[in-house]
Amino acid sequence: MSTEVINNNVVSNEIYVSSSPHMLSEVSTKKIMWTVFATLMPAVIFAVYYFGMPALTTIILSVLSAVIFEALVQKLRKKQVTVSDGSAALTGLLLAMCLPASVPFYVPIAGSFIAIVVAKQAMGGLGQNIFNPAHIGRAALMVSWPVAMTTWTNVRYTDAVTSATPLNVLKLQGYDALINMFGSQSEMYKSLFLGLRNGSLGETSVVLLVLGGLVLIFKRYIDWVMPACMIGTVGILTWIFGPDGFFTGDALFHMMAGGLIIGAFFMITDYVTTPITRKGQIIFAIGCGVITVLIRLLGGYPEGVCYSILLMNCATPLIDRFVRPVQYGRK
Amino acid sequence: MENWKIFAKGLILENPILVLALSLCPAIAVTSSVMTAITMGLTVTYVITLNNVVVSLIKNFVNPKVRVPIYITSIATIVTIAVLVLKAYAPSLYKELGIYLELVVVFAIILARAEVFASKNSVGRSFLDGFGMGCGFLGAMVIIGAIREVLGNGTFLGFSVFGQAYDPALIMILPPGGFILIGYLVALFKMINDSREKRQRIRGESA
Repeated sequence: MSTEVINNNVVSNEIYVSSSPHMLSEVSTKKIMWTVFATLMPAVIFAVYYFGMPALTTIILSVLSAVIFEALVQKLRKKQVTVSDGSAALTGLLLAMCLPASVPFYVPIAGSFIAIVVAKQAMGGLGQNIFNPAHIGRAALMVSWPVAMTTWTNVRYTDAVTSATPLNVLKLQGYDALINMFGSQSEMYKSLFLGLRNGSLGETSVVLLVLGGLVLIFKRYIDWVMPACMIGTVGILTWIFGPDGFFTGDALFHMMAGGLIIGAFFMITDYVTTPITRKGQIIFAIGCGVITVLIRLLGGYPEGVCYSILLMNCATPLIDRFVRPVQYGRK
Repeated sequence: MENWKIFAKGLILENPILVLALSLCPAIAVTSSVMTAITMGLTVTYVITLNNVVVSLIKNFVNPKVRVPIYITSIATIVTIAVLVLKAYAPSLYKELGIYLELVVVFAIILARAEVFASKNSVGRSFLDGFGMGCGFLGAMVIIGAIREVLGNGTFLGFSVFGQAYDPALIMILPPGGFILIGYLVALFKMINDSREKRQRIRGESA
């Protein structure tokens, strides 16, 4: 009986199992999750405005099915149902942000299934998963329905004409074609910054995502070091290894394109799947940046943020071991 | 009753793939369609049964120091027969199975049954053990193959299941889907065996 009470309390976040110092704070998992959810809202609303109704249905389907799967599995595992802590809803939302707006209805549902059932609950639930559930979901969808996942249809502005994302154009046609697509270089930066371009739901508006991230940093829910390291690494490396020799790359474009901003602010700052210490987090973020650049410049895919984060998730236990803080009084 | 137990333990209690976790390589590699899974399952059933009989027959003449090479020779002979038969009568299936048919020689489950059971038991019992293990292997392969083909290709034995509207989830016929599925099936079999054990314990206590 007593163990049951303790377990329930852990689940409902009244008792924390953590390392010392044992200070009580007002911040709970529930509060953090819903705050992150709220900070994503500006970008979500913009995505719905920009991509139209399909974006809204994709997001709702993804979030709803994630919550339902979480409740179902917790019922099956005879655990307390903790969907109100918002972690499942957040996973669903982050997954939807990684999808194109026009995916068929079953794609977000299948993605939520993989994310919640396979990547999260099968590992033991919140706090036990090795990989970022939303990105596992996206990777599985990428493998399952490659065509649907790489068809970007902008319903509002181009009358359902399929057009490629900026990174796709860069990969297949080169930098000049990319500039032509937007008209001029400054025009390109402007569209990227404001989010007037094709892509997945959450990789459009840089300014809104950064604003959301800044709120989280300001509230101290996430550390500014991780986004800074990841985006900085991508910027520096793409600048150095430019198309016309060293130090000719377009760092600004690479920093704003693709899923880098949402990945750096909302994905690698996940508490569960990333290292605990600050030193470890810096190593993690730089590793993510390096792998992203490798995939973008040398790999077969146009975008590598998702895979870079998953690959670094594998290395998290190793990093944690490597940067273990020295106990006071020991060498 | 005892004979039935020797046969039946291979089906669920000691299922070669899903409980003993032997021969996972073919369980991933050739289960992307039901047809290849059945062919592989039948081949392995045949090889394991016949090999158990052979090993049991020669168990008194074999010097224990050289037993493994002798077992492997016996397995290789039996596998060669199977390969030649398939090559002659079902060349397209043979092509589809590729290298994995020849690799039956080194499947851990076959050598394990020879070593653990057939070299210590009579011919009849060895036959039942091999046949039971083979059936368990075949059953597991068919379950995995059916789920993977239905979800990943929308077909069962080549016939469309859901019709045109179904958009198959490619991951299921690729290796990752196989790994995920086998993980869940292992969990399911563990659940079945655990609940059975619990029932038996309760029965034992009440008796």
